[in-house]
Amino acid sequence: MSSFTLTLRQEPPQRVDLSALTPDRLAGKSVADIEKIEIGATRASTRVGDVFKVAAGDLKTLRYEGGSSRFDLVGAKLLPEFSIHVEGDVGLQVGRLAKGGRITVSGSAGAYAASGNEGAHIEIKGDVGEMLAAPLAGELGGMSGGRVVVRGKAGARAGDRLRRGILIIEGDAGEDLGSRIIAGTVIVLGETAGRVGYLNRRGSLVLAKRKDFGPTYMDCGPHILAFAGFFARGLKADSAAASALLTGKLQRFGGDTAVYGKGEILTPA
Amino acid sequence: MQGIVRNGVRIDESFAEAFPMAATGLIVTAPTRKWANQAAATATGYATSVIGCDCEAGVDCELSEEETPDGRPGVRLLFFAFSTKGAEKALVNRVGQCILTCPGTALYSAFDGDVKIKVGDSMRQFGDKWQMSKAIDGRRFWRVPVMDGEFFVESQVGVLKKCVGGGNLLIMGADWESTMRATEVGVEAINAVPDAIMPFPGGIVRSGSKVGSQYKGMSASTNDAYCPTLKGVTKTALEDDIGCTLEIVIDGLTDEAVRVAMRAGLKAIIDMGPEKGAKRVGAGNYGGKLGPFHYHLKDLLP
Repeated sequence: MSSFTLTLRQEPPQRVDLSALTPDRLAGKSVADIEKIEIGATRASTRVGDVFKVAAGDLKTLRYEGGSSRFDLVGAKLLPEFSIHVEGDVGLQVGRLAKGGRITVSGSAGAYAASGNEGAHIEIKGDVGEMLAAPLAGELGGMSGGRVVVRGKAGARAGDRLRRGILIIEGDAGEDLGSRIIAGTVIVLGETAGRVGYLNRRGSLVLAKRKDFGPTYMDCGPHILAFAGFFARGLKADSAAASALLTGKLQRFGGDTAVYGKGEILTPA
Repeated sequence: MQGIVRNGVRIDESFAEAFPMAATGLIVTAPTRKWANQAAATATGYATSVIGCDCEAGVDCELSEEETPDGRPGVRLLFFAFSTKGAEKALVNRVGQCILTCPGTALYSAFDGDVKIKVGDSMRQFGDKWQMSKAIDGRRFWRVPVMDGEFFVESQVGVLKKCVGGGNLLIMGADWESTMRATEVGVEAINAVPDAIMPFPGGIVRSGSKVGSQYKGMSASTNDAYCPTLKGVTKTALEDDIGCTLEIVIDGLTDEAVRVAMRAGLKAIIDMGPEKGAKRVGAGNYGGKLGPFHYHLKDLLP
């Protein structure tokens, strides 16, 4: 059985909230019912049927044929065992609070991608906006599980308040990577900017390129870590370059000593 | 004793009797093979019989760099105890004393098991609040800073509740040399069987025991029926041509693992023949009162 497909008819006239379109929430609904679901974000009505042509199929995989930077909350609260694929771009908060499952986006994603993700594997082939995996205003913790792979660039403050889980950014990262990171791991293969690991508590930032991390990070010397060897194996399927980065000897910088000093930045020694 | 003869070796129409145990498996890795084996030898030392020590343990197999979780040389160790609680206590002690302390090591759970016991979770406090937790693909680990770098340890390891302890073979020969030759080929054959260990020194026990003793407070004593030096003065089980008895004891993760191990050992011993090796092979049991697993030698013959 082919996957359940939503084909884009036209760019939506306003931002749309697609959080209602996850496989578990569509189960048992007819195509007609689904077409009636209200997805507009303003008082002007926009329904699924206005934006998408719906083709019923196996709900284990939901497929968007065509994307848009107006697609917000794609795969929000996604459950394990389900997957969503977007052929195109998505807007804000893709994979927000997802419990598990898999989301792939062939294009780029907006701000707050993977915000509060609890366990989903999210892959974005293009770039992501700022605050990747970060909490929304007023929330104390960011992403708490799962894995996010960004093939392109990430905006400012990727990994803000990250609690658990893994972020892999194959391109460059914007300013203040890993700000206020609580724990978890962020790997960046490109350049970084600004205050890297600002107020890092217990998080690990693995950077392909070393720079001056400021006076609150202390050089702890070069090391071969069993943890890195183990971790490298698990990363191979998602990013061969990230895996290779962790295979060699790593220089460890402990910090941020402005807080506990129990976090770290690792770079090739 | 009436028996079956294979390749000139007499096989007793008897059975090995085994009992249920809880087992846990660890994969220990190190930067070099030497230190992986050293950790294994130390951690499984003095773990021969649960009657006298905290657990029965041994090396299941060596693992190549490709087979270990972190790409370093490793070993797979199995630990058997009477209960999950007993296994946890033994493991925490042994990991703390022998693996945490051993240069370069890291420790992983070998299987998921029926229940989990805390190992890394008990070790982490050694880090004096400098330890870091890492959750990777649903598994949780601790990175504990130590003087040669870090001790990387899985927070919990799996325990299998329905494992088997006490499969055995009694190898009888003309003298110590020939009996040892036969027993050693048996041990070597069993070493190749996965999910089974032989916890005694080099896989071999010389002090097979019977239940009870003439002394108060001794729960077990020498199996005089199989002691060649008492052949004339006790009710012996040995014929005139038998001058030495050695035993191989096997613990397995499954009933099948013990069966396969005993079959492999028996075949190797029989293949050697009575001139160079053993004249007779038997098995130890307590008349069926010890445990529910019975391994009849006649069913295991090649």
